[in-house]
Amino acid sequence: MYTPKPPSAALLALALVSSAAFPQTPGLGKPISEADVRPWDIAIMPDGTGLPPGSGTAVQGARVFAEKCAACHGEGGKGGPLAPARLFGGAPLTNGIDTPKTIGNFWGYSTIVFDFVRRAMPFNQPRTLTNDEVYAATAYLLYLNQIIGENDVMNASTLPKVQMPNRDGFIIRFPDKI
Amino acid sequence: MSRDRSGKKWVEPVVVADNGLLDRRAFLRGGAAFAAAITGYAAAKPASGEPLVDDPWSLEMGTVTPPLQVPSRFEQNVVRTLSNPKNELRNSHARTPHHLLNGTITPNSLHFSINHSGLPDIDPAKHRLVIHGLVKQPLVYTLESLSRYPMESRMAFVECSGNSAPMFSNEPVQATAQALHGLVSCSEWTGVRLSTLIEEAGADPKAKWVIAEGGDSLALHRSVPMKKALDDAMVAVYQNGERLMPGNGYPMRLLLPGYQGNMNVKFLRRLKLTDGPAMSYYEGRTYSQILPDGKAYRFHFVQEVKSFITHPSFGLKMNGPGFYEISGVAYSGNGRISKVMVSADGGKSWGEAALQAPVLPKAFTRFRMPWRWDGRPVVLQSRAWDEGGNAQPTRAEFVAVRGETKTPVKSPLSFPNQHYNSVTSWGIGSDGEIKHVYA
Repeated sequence: MYTPKPPSAALLALALVSSAAFPQTPGLGKPISEADVRPWDIAIMPDGTGLPPGSGTAVQGARVFAEKCAACHGEGGKGGPLAPARLFGGAPLTNGIDTPKTIGNFWGYSTIVFDFVRRAMPFNQPRTLTNDEVYAATAYLLYLNQIIGENDVMNASTLPKVQMPNRDGFIIRFPDKI
Repeated sequence: MSRDRSGKKWVEPVVVADNGLLDRRAFLRGGAAFAAAITGYAAAKPASGEPLVDDPWSLEMGTVTPPLQVPSRFEQNVVRTLSNPKNELRNSHARTPHHLLNGTITPNSLHFSINHSGLPDIDPAKHRLVIHGLVKQPLVYTLESLSRYPMESRMAFVECSGNSAPMFSNEPVQATAQALHGLVSCSEWTGVRLSTLIEEAGADPKAKWVIAEGGDSLALHRSVPMKKALDDAMVAVYQNGERLMPGNGYPMRLLLPGYQGNMNVKFLRRLKLTDGPAMSYYEGRTYSQILPDGKAYRFHFVQEVKSFITHPSFGLKMNGPGFYEISGVAYSGNGRISKVMVSADGGKSWGEAALQAPVLPKAFTRFRMPWRWDGRPVVLQSRAWDEGGNAQPTRAEFVAVRGETKTPVKSPLSFPNQHYNSVTSWGIGSDGEIKHVYA
């Protein structure tokens, strides 16, 4: 049977030195601090990690929605010409495989609402809402879906605790791929 | 037994399945005599009174060679079809015309494209890609610095998980292979292995996911398991030899061979290593699909084994009985295609199609099957298997698990559900008309 000879101490030392001096990759990535990445670091995790300071309620959100969202989504989120889907309610998912998905009948995490409104809305002016406006719009959408009350304050600590009706409605399709 | 014009004997071509499907090796061993035999025109009398002539273009110099060539003006119908032709303030799709193409590579101008907020006009000199999060050292790359890295090329299909979604309809939608299956394309992609960049930044052992995000106005983001990121993921910068098309992610995109199209984040500008998934809008809502019992699949990732016949198919015309080649594409997000069977009688009998080499993993494989149509009604189907032993389901098998709509889907542009991969059936009438049917 072939047994590899243990490398000499000198060779090992050389290997360590050379791997430090000559990394296995070209090393052309330029170091950057996390502070400098922050303007792009906008993804909110389902546990709320990444949520910024600020707060809002559905009452405040109704005003934000009327001003910034209703042009496409219709009054009160009923749907408009450019965004016809209703933003609340929704049939039970057992109604059919093509049941329209809403925050109320489908979305598993409240953080998705904040994340998507902040990164993508308004559609033609994304990332222009203040954090307070995003919290307020998020609260309004959750209120429309009868998930929170009209005066419940949404902020970095309360939002992730909101229990979404369909939170446990998902099956991981290929667990072995994770 | 018959004789050809030279008087040599030839063997009746082997019929391998009903309604005229012929042995896939026919042309390899039969040669010209065989071809003559299956067309039945070996002894055709030469036509008279039609002498060949020089057409005008043969008698004058043509146009000067252009810097960027485009197809002949006679191919103007070979274009992508659009979901938002009026450029409204919403998403827009363009579908690949599979019924008008052949081979395994999708030309860049015809690669499918879905843009949830239009095409950003990215200046490649200003574009940045950052890798950060659970790493030893966050790093930022430019297109110039990435272009100095060791690169590799690989063929890979990219497929929207909403491709073929009209087939969830309880009645067959009458539409071309382009309309039904045009949200998949296949290219040779060239770029840098994602594992190289992760190694360079130094992954923390706690990192289990990579959040990939684009530089489009939605900053579209998806969570990718580290398993995939370290396996065969690539930051692609070239597509079929040239820089990426804007609709396919210029100047750089994530390529996750075999994984649902939306995860192959375009305009890639950020990679964040994390211990859990982001549960982003597109993974938490859009690309999670409702099952008949009201539960929903999450993290489907893999585009499972599929095939469809492109020739003949809806939108093409049959030109009377006689010889035709049945051909189409097969692919699997789980690896190589191992076998494609073809039926001309709606699945009652099957013959094995020839797989055109090279058969590459997670890429289009072109299958071909010689066929002599006798002019009677037939139903053509193809069914693929991959090297993992996965079989493309029949429609009945698929619907039994994943369901169908209760009312007919009106528009082939709608997405009743996602991840559809059953057998497609083309019914051909004795008049030569081709319909989309369920069989």
